[in-house]
Amino acid sequence: MAIEVRIPTILRNYTGGAKSVEGSGDTLASLFADLDQRYSGLQERLVDDAGLRRFVNVYLNDEDVRFIGGLDAPVKDGDTVTVLPAVAGGAH
Amino acid sequence: MLTLPGALRVAIIEHARADHPDEACGVIAGPAGTDRPERFIPMTNAERSPTFYRFDSTEQLRVWREMDERDEEPVVIYHSHTATEAYPSRTDIAYASEPGAHYVLVSTRDPDEAEFRSFRIVDGVVTEEEVRDPADLVAE
Repeated sequence: MAIEVRIPTILRNYTGGAKSVEGSGDTLASLFADLDQRYSGLQERLVDDAGLRRFVNVYLNDEDVRFIGGLDAPVKDGDTVTVLPAVAGGAH
Repeated sequence: MLTLPGALRVAIIEHARADHPDEACGVIAGPAGTDRPERFIPMTNAERSPTFYRFDSTEQLRVWREMDERDEEPVVIYHSHTATEAYPSRTDIAYASEPGAHYVLVSTRDPDEAEFRSFRIVDGVVTEEEVRDPADLVAE
């Protein structure tokens, strides 16, 4: 089973520079846990005690996973998960 | 140093003025590895706030994928401050996640004179840089 996970520039130090890695799992949560086995520390950049980190965008194929179940979103062979840090900021 | 054609500088300032008093935000894409900002991409501020901005997540995916397909990078990431100075705030620094980008800040706090400054933000460290128009750099 292979799910492609596209990694943004700032997280590539966890993947040895790789832009794209493969993992397996039934849900996004288990996929991240699987990746963390091989890329230690990656999961903590994506997930905190409350769930998906607020300023990290995770997409399953073309959709922001926040709209389709977040960490519980089911994933399957052939899916592509894309991670992009949110672009945000403000006055203070 | 940020080398930015005058027309793109104007485009950023006009966008900031148009969205005032909300913060405006966007990207200027350029060919990967060239540090040349070429393609102006104003983005929706999903927060629609005078003190915060965030790219709409679905729009961001579309734009990032498009840049990838075109072998481009986000050379400039810009946003405006509507009542404070054109300097990266604590949240600007905390969320800066493109270490290769030039972070352009515009302030629209003065109705007549926009402040326009550029910075690198790498590992939480802010370094201001000069902004030059390439037309001014051409030798005789």
